[in-house]
Amino acid sequence: MALTSTTTEASDRTALPADLSEAVRDDGALRRFLHGLPGVDQVGLEQRSAGLATRSIKKDSKLWAIDTAISMVDLTTLEGADTPGKIRSLAAKAKQPDSDYPDVPRVAALCVYPDLVEIAVDLVRGTGIGVASVATAFPSGRSSREVKLADTRLAVEAGATEIDMVIDRGAFLSGRYGQVFEEIQAIKQACGSAHLKVILETGELATYDNVRRASWLALLAGGDFIKTSTGKVSPAATLPVTQLMLQAVRDWHGRTGEYRGVKPAGGIRTTKDGIRHLVAVNEIAGPEWLTPELFRFGASSLLTDLLMQRRAQRNGHYSGPDYVTVD
Amino acid sequence: MPNFEYAPAPESRELAKLQPSYQMFVDGRFVDGGGAPIKTMNPATEEVLAEVATASSDDVDHAVRAARRAYERVWGRMPGAERGKYLFRIARLIQERSRELAVLESLDNGKPIKESRDTDIPTAAAHFFHHAGWADKLDYAGYGPDPRPVGVAAQVIPWNFPLLMLAWKIAPALACGNTVVLKPAETTPLTALVFADICRQAELPPGVVNILPGAGDIGATLTAHPDIDKVAFTGSTEVGKEITRTLAGTGKKLTLELGGKAANIVFDDAPLDQAVEGIVNGIFFNQGHVCCAGSRLLVQESVAEELLAKLHTRVAALRVGDPLDKNTDVGAINSREQLNKIVELSNSGDAEGAQRWTSPCPLPDRGLFFAPTVFSDVQQSMRIAKEEIFGPVLSVLTFRTPDEAIAKANNTPYGLSAGVWTEKGSRILWAAQRLRAGVVWANTFNRFDPTAPFGGYRESGFGREGGRAGLEAYLDV
Repeated sequence: MALTSTTTEASDRTALPADLSEAVRDDGALRRFLHGLPGVDQVGLEQRSAGLATRSIKKDSKLWAIDTAISMVDLTTLEGADTPGKIRSLAAKAKQPDSDYPDVPRVAALCVYPDLVEIAVDLVRGTGIGVASVATAFPSGRSSREVKLADTRLAVEAGATEIDMVIDRGAFLSGRYGQVFEEIQAIKQACGSAHLKVILETGELATYDNVRRASWLALLAGGDFIKTSTGKVSPAATLPVTQLMLQAVRDWHGRTGEYRGVKPAGGIRTTKDGIRHLVAVNEIAGPEWLTPELFRFGASSLLTDLLMQRRAQRNGHYSGPDYVTVD
Repeated sequence: MPNFEYAPAPESRELAKLQPSYQMFVDGRFVDGGGAPIKTMNPATEEVLAEVATASSDDVDHAVRAARRAYERVWGRMPGAERGKYLFRIARLIQERSRELAVLESLDNGKPIKESRDTDIPTAAAHFFHHAGWADKLDYAGYGPDPRPVGVAAQVIPWNFPLLMLAWKIAPALACGNTVVLKPAETTPLTALVFADICRQAELPPGVVNILPGAGDIGATLTAHPDIDKVAFTGSTEVGKEITRTLAGTGKKLTLELGGKAANIVFDDAPLDQAVEGIVNGIFFNQGHVCCAGSRLLVQESVAEELLAKLHTRVAALRVGDPLDKNTDVGAINSREQLNKIVELSNSGDAEGAQRWTSPCPLPDRGLFFAPTVFSDVQQSMRIAKEEIFGPVLSVLTFRTPDEAIAKANNTPYGLSAGVWTEKGSRILWAAQRLRAGVVWANTFNRFDPTAPFGGYRESGFGREGGRAGLEAYLDV
């Protein structure tokens, strides 16, 4: 089975280097490539994450990190109970996160379900804030290819500039890598000019080796970002998993010259945790990745804590959660 | 490109409670020494920290006699359970005063505070705890019923882990019922003297522990003293050979922990990113001032290029600077003499045709620093592959087959430690059986625990420290 036939024209990227295009020649080659990636040693990986978490970030460096983190937030609401009103208040907060401090940067994007994209697009028009939407039978990914493609088109046609897709974890865990690969390619094609973030749902992949394989699979298939989680499964984003993904995009850049992004999502609620992730970006992938183009936080409550900590840095005292808006 | 400047986070110097001058510790008292006082300096600034009294040969004699009295009258006959209480007390006091000790160690030695705080001091306390547990269980250590202490131990330790090496020496000696006279290194005597204060605080009987600062001549006088029963030395191979010659035929017990030129072998199926972490930890931990440092990297040819690229990226991210800053990964070189040696040996690498790569990290304007350096295209015959550099300099060699890796790894007069990186369990066991080294780490490096014996082969010395095996050196068995 030829894996790349459907989308070679659709991609505006430069052709893959010979070894990587060979890797996606057929199912067997893909499996051999993914299983030939260097293993991940759990102890060593987690030890390095613990080390990254000890960097001292305070005063000016903390303010810089807080503003950088705010500019990277995909302000997200993914509830069954979402209403147009909820999206309106979220959009208002995205545009002006803290009304007492107009110098607070805007967030990177709003992230909503496909049926709410149109409302979100209207609300952020002209602000430079993106609208991301979770398509492809989010969060489980358990539906037919047609439904996933239709879901994606619905969001794109409503004006989403970014699509967050979930991979079929069942297929991945069964070793049907070709199927996952083709699905990502097909969704990428359906995205048109919208950016594609591929959610691996690392909490369901069980091993770090699987996380590394899924990261490479998503990069080979054309994902613009690799994203940890839907936020619906625990554990969601952890520092070791983010570290692994940052290694993958760094190594991808080394082999192709292309820059791809990473988005940890779910479970990052505090400024301290957010800053630890930025330290990982800085030291694992490199400072080039310290931009919303290449690194995002999928979060809702993180922004609130960032704003509280920002005020504490500015005012010299901590005022408490009632001084920033809940959404 | 955005610039993420971390905030400087210097630990307060005040915590070290630095005194302008320090005295020796003999027979339970701090006393002036007969030798000319030495000045100990902060290698990060080259400023003098304090003046330290040194011993004369008379002082050595006094100390040995005090240790003998304490051994015969009190310590040697004390029930193990009682000795254990003192050791537990010392261990707890090390924990209580851990910040003071950590800051003082970093000031005097130049090592990063995160290493003295997270490795040196906790491991030193752990050695006392571990051996405190042995003190009343020696009958069950496997050396027969009622093993006896040896007597008075002369101990000479190096400057790379001043307090930790002290703990490795003193804890088993005391647990087994011996008394000690210890000479800390000339450039790093301070934490040993604070340890003396801890002994006093623990109300250890006078003479059980004696600390005599001084240079190599005092070490030589001490190890050659006729009234000692056992010598334990950690330091250079050259001095180890001298001590061996002095002690030959005297019947005194001797253990030596000497130099090393450890191989860190990376097979092509290794977890490469974690191998890079292990390589960095193996050679840049404590500025490479580690006798078991993984200073020779042996990489399988098929992954050499990829691994080297990852290694350069990683090493470039290491932060070199003020040892008291919590963000510092690599601190200062302990002495001008050592820095000169590192410079001289790395220049020989250039001269012999190896490819030098130096981290582009900024270095402080003053103080003794050496940027992390990686030599590739190193051949087995070059000096940088054969001689211990004892600094942040890594030599990278390659191999084609596992047999070649083992042959190259063992092709050294040393044999202290080795590392193996592979995802294949059977290959780890295969390699570990063939490597002639006292410690073989698998998928990790530079991990220390008081329960694990440590020691070398050939020019890396003999005898073991730590664990059950380490007790043997301090028991008459």
